[in-house]
Amino acid sequence: MTMSVKRKVLLYLLLTLTACIVFAPTFIALMMSFMTSQEIMTGQIIPSSLSFENYLEVFQRFPLMRYLLNSLVASLLIMLGQLIVASLSAYAFVFIDFKGRDLIFFIFIATMMVPFEASIIPNFHTIRDLNWINSYQGLAVPFFAMAFGTFLLRQNFKQIPKELKEASEIAGIGDFKFFLTVVLPVAKTSLLTLAVYGFLTSWNMYLWPLLATTDDRYRTVQFGLRQLQSQEQLNEWGIIMAGAIIVVIPTLILLFLGQKKLQQGLTEGALK
Amino acid sequence: MHPVELIGVSKSYDKAEAVLTDIDLSIEEGEFFVLVGPSGSGKSTLLRMIAGLESITSGTIRMNNKIVNHLPPKDRNLSMVFQNYALYPHLTVEQNILFGLRAKKVDKAEQQRRLKETAEMMGLTDLLTRKPKQLSGGQRQRVALARSVVSEAPLCLMDEPLSNLDAKLRAHMRIEIRRLQKKLGLTMIYVTHDQVEAMTMGDRIMVLNDGQIQQIGKPIELYNEPANLFVASFIGSPKMNMGQAMIDNQHLIIEDTVNLPLNVAEIPQVIKRKGITVGVRPEHLLYAKPEEANLFLEIINVEHLGHETLLTFEVGTQLWTAKWLGQWMLEVGQRVPLKLLTKHISFYDSQSGQLMQAPLNKSQLEVVAL
Amino acid sequence: MKDTAVILSDEKQIDVFKAVKKQKLVRFLKGMLFLMPSIVLFSLFLFYPLGRTIYLSFFLTDGSGDPTVFVGWENYLNLFTSPIFLKSLRATFLFVLYTVPGTILVSLFLAILANEKLKGIGIFRTMYASTMGISVAAASVFWMFLFHPTIGWLNQILQALGFNSIGWLTDPQWALLAVSISTIWMNLGFTFLIMLGGLQSIDRYLYESADIDGASYFYQLRRITLPMLSPTLFFVITVTFINAFQTFGQIDMLTRGGPQNETQLIVYSIYQEAFMNYQFGPASAQAIFLFIVILLLTLIQFKLGERKVHYQ
Repeated sequence: MTMSVKRKVLLYLLLTLTACIVFAPTFIALMMSFMTSQEIMTGQIIPSSLSFENYLEVFQRFPLMRYLLNSLVASLLIMLGQLIVASLSAYAFVFIDFKGRDLIFFIFIATMMVPFEASIIPNFHTIRDLNWINSYQGLAVPFFAMAFGTFLLRQNFKQIPKELKEASEIAGIGDFKFFLTVVLPVAKTSLLTLAVYGFLTSWNMYLWPLLATTDDRYRTVQFGLRQLQSQEQLNEWGIIMAGAIIVVIPTLILLFLGQKKLQQGLTEGALK
Repeated sequence: MHPVELIGVSKSYDKAEAVLTDIDLSIEEGEFFVLVGPSGSGKSTLLRMIAGLESITSGTIRMNNKIVNHLPPKDRNLSMVFQNYALYPHLTVEQNILFGLRAKKVDKAEQQRRLKETAEMMGLTDLLTRKPKQLSGGQRQRVALARSVVSEAPLCLMDEPLSNLDAKLRAHMRIEIRRLQKKLGLTMIYVTHDQVEAMTMGDRIMVLNDGQIQQIGKPIELYNEPANLFVASFIGSPKMNMGQAMIDNQHLIIEDTVNLPLNVAEIPQVIKRKGITVGVRPEHLLYAKPEEANLFLEIINVEHLGHETLLTFEVGTQLWTAKWLGQWMLEVGQRVPLKLLTKHISFYDSQSGQLMQAPLNKSQLEVVAL
Repeated sequence: MKDTAVILSDEKQIDVFKAVKKQKLVRFLKGMLFLMPSIVLFSLFLFYPLGRTIYLSFFLTDGSGDPTVFVGWENYLNLFTSPIFLKSLRATFLFVLYTVPGTILVSLFLAILANEKLKGIGIFRTMYASTMGISVAAASVFWMFLFHPTIGWLNQILQALGFNSIGWLTDPQWALLAVSISTIWMNLGFTFLIMLGGLQSIDRYLYESADIDGASYFYQLRRITLPMLSPTLFFVITVTFINAFQTFGQIDMLTRGGPQNETQLIVYSIYQEAFMNYQFGPASAQAIFLFIVILLLTLIQFKLGERKVHYQ
């Protein structure tokens, strides 16, 4: 289809304008992270020099390194846990035909209707009674089981020809071996999608880490930002923004790398 | 001792619709046995039941005199080739071929020996490091065959293995599979919907329709003496010409338009006089000199195949086809003199569809044995 | 001959029957084994706590969350007579009213724009999607600055245009709207990505055939794009709805529920009641209320979603 020049210009104008607006908050924060308080107060847009002062400052004043490490460990744990748990159950739903499977699948669907917030009080008590407050397992384990991930993988596993399973049966390969040596390698792109999604959401988790940790040694970056933000009164916006930028960089990079896959994966998991 | 024996095997889903009813079948050692039928006839289900991939509702399956109803596929000592080949996309050709041997923990040296032998036999030696995606359809097919061959299982099942290939390659692979089977002495059960494949490959054929056995026999038997109307129209291309007929005082009247003199004594098995369906193979609708003709029909279509010519005529409500050797320059609308001999006609009961009287002279003319 | 075969198989039939039964059991156990991690985790962190929350909602508790006095429906009754909870309900519904249509319309517009086949469209797509990678906490920090009464950009722009400054986060009239605007921005990335996926899965031929028929851009939008996108739209609307009911982070960061409880959304209210006031009973009642709302929303999605699937 050919497009008239006029239409093209109009489209580019709209695209640029909206992109500027959408990207503005991030862009402003990025610029501010390089500015001195002076520059910020006078309402400058572009910093006069590229100074990493604020970044050094934020690491010195806050245990940001520790927070980053904690977030990394907790997010990786959740990611791995979700991958293992979801792929195992998706396998059962696709490749093992047993009595009661439909009922259990229905229960899985039902779990999507229970918001985490509705069960957060007893969960907090459970973690507390397990002595898991201020621990990585306390941060991660409650999120291992996940209906959405199971559905996404189930959708993908279903596209594996059932003849592969039958050929394996004839060859005498057991379910677990088939799962490990055939299903997982064949479905690796969707596993990767789920991994990215899991990592993103865990890194950005807010409420649970707030409750499940009380000690700086286990606090995560999102809580770190909450603390940073209380500096607002001091008008040290440059430092605050530097902290925020550091926190979003890992997830932004992940998003940029996995955007296409994520888009396909999420649409698939959501709509079928 | 039969490698595979089915006794009264039936299959139904949810106790409702019967997919297969009462299948009795014995397969001989070293035989190439073809299951043929239209889609939905239950042929694939039957094959999968023999493989152990599908459960049996009732009846018994025996292999080498042992009941195997309950045995999982791996304990039935067989190999299977699937329609979509079922190659593991993440494994190389070599890994694909060895997949089953590794699972069975066959000795490493033995694995390599078999791999080398099989790869050479199938012409895959140069492709061993490729992934299935990098192969052509024919090559994938050969990998699937190799996987089956390498297992050295005495029984091989194939489920429409050629249907994803183009016509030329298919004709070639037909011969290759057939040769392989004879060379290795395999017992083969081969499922196809293509009657040409069935005719050209099978030692014996079983025609299946609506989950019921229509006929079991050698290809030539099926062609010459179809047991019922279904087999008659399913086997042979172009298909057999059919027509409603009645016998009236030494005359055979077909579709109310064709009237042939008939010696009733020649067809003692035809007791009925009405409700008859007659069948004539296209090659038996012969050209005759006008004075020798007993039938004149108007051409409504001419197809030139090069070595033979197909002519279509209208007979009552039916379209009949004649197949004549050589090239005939005829025009649509021309009336052609034809000869139709009683000995070439098969008679069926229209109601039951069963054969009453097979063509008389089949053995004298048709089957040439050296 | 035939008879002996039958007798033989009769004897064996029992063995075969047993073997088949055993296989079924083995398959069942295998299935359960694969599902075991999920089942255990769901039971421990989803079903048990849900039941426990229901149980707690009928009690008053001590500070560590153990039930002390059974009060029956009183916690629920108190909820609907408590002016603070009613205000929180009102705030939640207003918040949903602002953010759901806002998010959907803006991201639909962006997705349609970004679905054009133009050079460099990837850059624009990435920029739109970027907010998905920005956590609630970071986004709140960004907006905290934009909303800043004196040096914040929003007020600076207002002043430059000759308007009075607004106390975005401190004025009871504006606070909820301000939080909603920032929330729409946070939602954009995710909804945009999903909608773009939906748009891209629409068959190109439909548009080409419409072009040949001479249908205008907006006619195509109305007659092809929106109907074909309806399952996606529906999914996105439900997700946005549910997210809106679960909003917590931006409230905690931006307003702490204030000013005058104007932005006290339901999850924040639960949080305060449970973890600030240690009133686990009443907090549980609120949690159950939230659960029921979300349950209904999801059920509606399944019911209507089923019908939409036939469109494809």
